[in-house]
Amino acid sequence: MDERELVIIGGGPAGMAAALSAREHGVRDVLLLERDRHLGGILNQCVHAGFGLVQFKEALTGPEYASRFIQSVRGTPDIEVRLGCFVADLKPGKVFTCLSHGNVSTIRARALIMATGCRERTREMIQIPGTRPAGVFSAGLAQKMINIEGLMPGREFVVIGSGDIGLIMARRLSLEGAHVKAVVEIQPHPVGLKRNVVQCLDDFAIPLYLSHRVLFIHGKDRVEAVDVAQVDESGSEIADTRFSLACDTVLVSVGLIPENELIEMAGVEVDRHTNEPVSSDLNYTSVHGLFVCGNAYRVYDIVDSVTRDSFLAGLQAADYLAECGGTE
Amino acid sequence: MHDIVIIGGGVVGAAVAYELSHYDLHVALLEKEEELSFGVSKANSGIIHPGTQNPPGSLRGRLCVEGNRLIRQLSEPLGLDFQQVGELIVAFDEEETSRLWQLKQEAQADGVPGLEVVSRGWLRDNEPNLNRDAVAALLAPSAGIISPYRFVYALSESAALNGVDINTLTKVEGISARPDAGFAVGTSIGEFGTRFVVNCAGLYADDVASMVAPPQFRIQPRKGEEYILDKKRRYLTRHLLFPIPTPESKGILVTRTSDGNPMIGPTAYDVEGKEDLSTTDEGLGMVLRVAQRLVPAIDKRDIIAYFAGLRPSAGEDFFIQHDSRVPGFVNVAGIQSPGLTAAPAIGRYVVGLLQEAGLMAGKKYGQRPMNGRSFHLFSMPIQEAEKLVEQDAESGDIVCRCETVSLREIKDAIAAGARTLDGVKFRTRAGAGRCHGSFCTCRVMEVLSEETGRTITDISKRGPGSEMVVEDRADG
Repeated sequence: MDERELVIIGGGPAGMAAALSAREHGVRDVLLLERDRHLGGILNQCVHAGFGLVQFKEALTGPEYASRFIQSVRGTPDIEVRLGCFVADLKPGKVFTCLSHGNVSTIRARALIMATGCRERTREMIQIPGTRPAGVFSAGLAQKMINIEGLMPGREFVVIGSGDIGLIMARRLSLEGAHVKAVVEIQPHPVGLKRNVVQCLDDFAIPLYLSHRVLFIHGKDRVEAVDVAQVDESGSEIADTRFSLACDTVLVSVGLIPENELIEMAGVEVDRHTNEPVSSDLNYTSVHGLFVCGNAYRVYDIVDSVTRDSFLAGLQAADYLAECGGTE
Repeated sequence: MHDIVIIGGGVVGAAVAYELSHYDLHVALLEKEEELSFGVSKANSGIIHPGTQNPPGSLRGRLCVEGNRLIRQLSEPLGLDFQQVGELIVAFDEEETSRLWQLKQEAQADGVPGLEVVSRGWLRDNEPNLNRDAVAALLAPSAGIISPYRFVYALSESAALNGVDINTLTKVEGISARPDAGFAVGTSIGEFGTRFVVNCAGLYADDVASMVAPPQFRIQPRKGEEYILDKKRRYLTRHLLFPIPTPESKGILVTRTSDGNPMIGPTAYDVEGKEDLSTTDEGLGMVLRVAQRLVPAIDKRDIIAYFAGLRPSAGEDFFIQHDSRVPGFVNVAGIQSPGLTAAPAIGRYVVGLLQEAGLMAGKKYGQRPMNGRSFHLFSMPIQEAEKLVEQDAESGDIVCRCETVSLREIKDAIAAGARTLDGVKFRTRAGAGRCHGSFCTCRVMEVLSEETGRTITDISKRGPGSEMVVEDRADG
């Protein structure tokens, strides 16, 4: 078993900031693990601008924002980066197993920072009835298809949920020549940032249906239509408001959930409702020396805040190691 | 010229093919979908029933008990993931308890082994999350769980290895009886001449039967909605839990998939269409009500997936008969629950019917064994995973993070016949976890494309018409 001083799981903006900060605050041995083939996390597929207004006082694209940190991490000796490295389990005592091409290793960390990000809520989690045809995608998956893979997932879209990813995808799809027929939001107000409602929907004349819900998804092999209706304050359908929208694709953008299944395995307390770690103070968990930062700690609105709070996590881990006589 | 054409590649067709592959015969299996197990067999509870809930003296009761026994014998050679977990039929009052004794007597008469009525105290010790209001239960220890599609694939892959000619995307369009003997089966890919036909067409068995004679049965689709919970909640139950059947519950139960996810359902109501696989708000409400009465800790928020299946019912019992009006034509119809359990016994029973109808067949000298069982990282101890990765580096490349599925597993699935995302998912679980494929879908599509030589726009969820993307704009 390998013994390491500080291990950071997740090489997105949170993990990279934590790694840089820990190193800056005197931690000698930093290991950064990333399951994907690149650092940067989900920023790599966010090709729109608007990142970095706080951190860098300029509007960067996601890949630009990520690359500034990637360069810093790569330029810092004593931060070891392992790509394509998947952490399969986590046991009490900060011991975990990672799998990579041709390798299985067990590592014990003296301090651990989890920067595992979040995942999207799915159609299944909100239990939209209907059939299960091809063409129902999470907004993030559609974003990856278009921006990374160069694949068009469909031609006529209905977007469920007015969170920022849904709004940004509505614009992105329009720019690619697709027809976005509606964004359907159950709340009486848009969920995403105001600027995104204006720049992504209004500017492209995409209808936003507030206080509306998708009641049913139709289609045998591929999506054919959705049923939509207006809802009252309790979310119940209002009689005689039901209508149908023909479409071949449904994008689901109904919120994000912190990814904390690993710490749950190790017995760290996780809130059943939010999937956030139970925490007394920013980045702390119920286990000493095990920190969670970024979207895994709580879902943030903007990446600049993730960076700020993850810098703090690096410092917190450094302090923890210094206190227990770890780092020389 | 074939000796036998089997129509339908669900568990029944696959079991008949497996049984016939032991004989010196030319056998073809025809499936209209792109892969096997894409009809009724993909959408059910995955339960190997002990035989406790069948009408006394029925064919399905007999074949269920026999099938439960045979699956144990097949488990080792076919590498099945059968797990014997036992079932409890739970009583909540005195009246229901007396019903348990009646069920026990009926099941014993059918030959179900090891039955026992257990007390409230036993239940507290052995099924801790069961509703504390339960007063007694009938324990049937021989009940188990299995992955229904992997069961079909094991049967069909062994059959194919032993000479059965398996044809997918092959839809039967017409059958004519030849004047001398035998049949011409017209399909979407051409004609199959054969001496015998075994109709295992599931929901479409009446349509197929009517191609040769006025049908003796009618298939009534009966829908069942099932809801799958996060694997994190696998500790919720130890046994399969059934309520005493009532008009409200209609056999809604709490089970666990062979991969460890709790599963609740199914509903049971007759529907018109043979393709109505939609789930409904009402179905979800009913399933939750009944399941939470059994296990109050079940939480709607833990649902990660759901589906609906259609039972091909043709009355109370199975309808398995040689149609003497059309010599050589055997109908295997109405195979609803416990069809998955009964399948291996049905396979043997059908061979018997064929022999009575004049099939002369000698056993082969030996079966070619399966080439080792497929592996699943998510279900193995880490030491074993270590060995695997040492032997094959791609076993360490994780593609599906929720279910820990490696690149090697996905390539193995494709080598074994997977051609679609659902096919890969059924075999490996890639995309079946809590993120529902948000993170791995692109990678699985890419591997499918590379391994099969198809373009990315041809990669589908479950066959033609369900392609995932409409256009490839990468690199011109």
